[in-house]
Amino acid sequence: MVHCRDMIRAIRACKTAAEERAVVRKESAAIRAAVSENDQDYSHRNLAKLMFIHMLGYPTHFGQMECLKLIASAGFPEKRIGYLGLMLLLDERQEVLMLVTNSLKQDLNHSNQYIVGLALCALGNICSAEMARDLAPEVERLLQFRDPNIRKKAALCSIRIIRKVPELAENFTSRAAALLSEKHHGVLITGVQLCTDLCKVSTEALEYFRKYTEGLVKTLKDVGNSSYSPEYDIAGITDPFLHIRLLRLLRVLGQGDIDASDCMNDILAQVATKTESNKNAGNAILYECVETIMSIEDNGGLRVLAINILGRFLSNRDNNIRYVALNMLMKAITVDAQAVQRHRATILECVKDSDASIRKRALDLVFLLVNDNNVKSLTKELIEYLEVSEQEFKGDLTAKICSIVEKFSPEKIWYIDQMLKVLSEAGNLVKDEVWHALIVVISNASDLHGYTVRSLYRAFQKSGEQESLVRVAVWCIGEYGEMLVNNVQMLDIEEPMTVTEFDAVDVIEIVIKRHSSDITTRAMSLIALLKLSSRFPSCSHPAEEDVKSNSQVTRPLQKISKEPDPSIISGSSRDLGGSSRVVGAEDGHHLGCTQSPGDGLLALHRKVIKKKRKRQKKNQLWAVRRRNQKLWKREISIEGDLQPPNQPTPVEGLHHLISPALRLSPSLEIPFEVHVEWVGDEFSDMLNKKVYAEAHPPSQSLGSLIGGPKFPRACSSGAFFPPIRA
Amino acid sequence: MIRFIMLQNRQGKTRLAKYYIPLEESEKHKVEYEVHRLVVNRDPKFTNFVEFRTHKVIYRRYAGLFFSICVDITDNELAYLECIHLFVEILDHFFSNVCELDLVFNFHKVYLILDEFILAGELQETSKKAIVERMGELEKQEL
Repeated sequence: MVHCRDMIRAIRACKTAAEERAVVRKESAAIRAAVSENDQDYSHRNLAKLMFIHMLGYPTHFGQMECLKLIASAGFPEKRIGYLGLMLLLDERQEVLMLVTNSLKQDLNHSNQYIVGLALCALGNICSAEMARDLAPEVERLLQFRDPNIRKKAALCSIRIIRKVPELAENFTSRAAALLSEKHHGVLITGVQLCTDLCKVSTEALEYFRKYTEGLVKTLKDVGNSSYSPEYDIAGITDPFLHIRLLRLLRVLGQGDIDASDCMNDILAQVATKTESNKNAGNAILYECVETIMSIEDNGGLRVLAINILGRFLSNRDNNIRYVALNMLMKAITVDAQAVQRHRATILECVKDSDASIRKRALDLVFLLVNDNNVKSLTKELIEYLEVSEQEFKGDLTAKICSIVEKFSPEKIWYIDQMLKVLSEAGNLVKDEVWHALIVVISNASDLHGYTVRSLYRAFQKSGEQESLVRVAVWCIGEYGEMLVNNVQMLDIEEPMTVTEFDAVDVIEIVIKRHSSDITTRAMSLIALLKLSSRFPSCSHPAEEDVKSNSQVTRPLQKISKEPDPSIISGSSRDLGGSSRVVGAEDGHHLGCTQSPGDGLLALHRKVIKKKRKRQKKNQLWAVRRRNQKLWKREISIEGDLQPPNQPTPVEGLHHLISPALRLSPSLEIPFEVHVEWVGDEFSDMLNKKVYAEAHPPSQSLGSLIGGPKFPRACSSGAFFPPIRA
Repeated sequence: MIRFIMLQNRQGKTRLAKYYIPLEESEKHKVEYEVHRLVVNRDPKFTNFVEFRTHKVIYRRYAGLFFSICVDITDNELAYLECIHLFVEILDHFFSNVCELDLVFNFHKVYLILDEFILAGELQETSKKAIVERMGELEKQEL
């Protein structure tokens, strides 16, 4: 029978996985044979081999009964390997474990204390709830054993028992309290842990242990003041683990109780001020101390002390310490926001750190720190950092800046400025809701329209590759183009700028022609062009050329018209030529869309033009009625007296094509507008033919077409409508 | 509470894995793989704490071995970092200049040491001397 060592050597010598599997298989077979023959001599060795095979990841179920047999044997070495195998190969959920209960019970009462130790160890690591219930009395008894090693094992075993069966907590309370006055560090630390867990599990225990607060404070003082002990010394501090555990128990006891909290004020102050913080051990104690101070009942002086410690941690070079400090500060904010504000500068520095987890924590913290007073300076800093930050971080940073700006902006002009900066820097990373909201704000800030469109024009020159910025810019130029050109609403802070109409149209042209512009941007640019073509009469011909020029425009147009893309809205509040624009939406073949609810840009436009609906509707009705009266030809151009009052003269050169479907409208109550305004002749012809053909299918009476699916109803908002399919 | 302790080398081989929570075999392998992936790629300048599922893993690299401890979210990370270091010191003392091979060939002893150091997911003894003495006594019992 091969020795365990030799087997390990053989496995390590294998060059390939297949070789290793072969060796393992051979050994497993040998072990299985030995197990079935009930071979006692080598069972010890076999189990060791089995455990190694298990560690490599191979199945070892056949070894479980071996473990039980070994545990039941008399000698210490067999028991030892048996328990080890048990802990490795089994866990509490397996039924086989129940069979061990009897052996455990016997071993817990064994005369050899090492065997008792083995049993306690196994119990503490893997016992199930039933076993816990069965063996709890034994463990209780062992809490008072003469040997400290057994006492400490029993204490930890009890922790597991009460975690599994919380109802048994009261049995352990009094004996656990006795452990608190131990001198042996091992027993003391395990006793403290047991008490902490008891307090968590049962409120009676918590009340019971509050009486011991003073005793604990004294113990902590003694440990802190004790002389050098080589056994427990770590970095100049005697047993930092004990410090930490005691602080934790004090925290549990002091929470919610003023007397207990008062009791521990002095010692907490002492620990906070006297602990050295140049080594990790000291910092660990300080960290625990700060946590305790933050959780117990209020004591102003202590809190300030704690936050100062955190501030010191923040400037530590060690990343671990800074991470821990940032974590703590996030909790501290709920307790004392003022004090944390003082460390704002350091926290901002942490946002720029090279470690990703520190940056993330710092950013979350900054977000919690923002209030009305510091929002401007904080945002300024964050935006400056945005310019130099790494790509992976930019997304997070942008999102946070946008939410800060949205929540706290004191005035609209500042909001617009900051958003423009963010879009110029990281427009591609900005979510749709953000730039939609920006457009809403811009349109509502009526006195800032001129300023906004000019700033956007400038921004476009500098950072034209940021998609969201381009979209907002294009929209604004479309809406407020004449303000841009005529320098309307100049604010004092602005420099004068001359922009001709051609420049403005150029901008949009560039966007359309750019390969990197996506469908939404192009659609918005087209709409902007439409709007501008009425406002800038001198540009309308070039604009026409633009739109006419096939490949770049009509192809995307046709593509757009095939896509049910709700973001394409041909109309806006400012009418081109004075009548509303509604394009008949025969699905896919017109410039149209299927309306999907809740779509961003559609909803946005609705909001924007809601105010003007009434006026428009009135004008529309008027215009339609007049037109309908004259409509018996195929093509009509709107001229002169067809204009509704108060509307600007339509631009010459624009062809207004009204589809024959309008002829149907007199019999309907709702004005029926299905006309396409287009500047390109070929396109309008094509469209017109289609519309005409559909409007006049052979031998179909007009009446049967009423309410039919093909002709959408007009809406004063000028938005697209879905084809009403029956 | 400690949920598990793991010792892994750079290649991902697990040299020691002690679980204080019940897990299926397949889950254990998955966890080992995930922890290894998390820990092996981290820059040494970064913090020693990583978030792992709903807990956190505190790890430290000693030569070619990664010592990882998975604890609850509310635990004191710096304390567990000290804990790892103490464990390594104990191993070093026991094996006299410990290396990975010692841990491979004497894995049952390593488990014994661990069982004297941590029990039921909590710290059992903080004195290096006490643990090494205890191991000596246990060895004597074996004979």
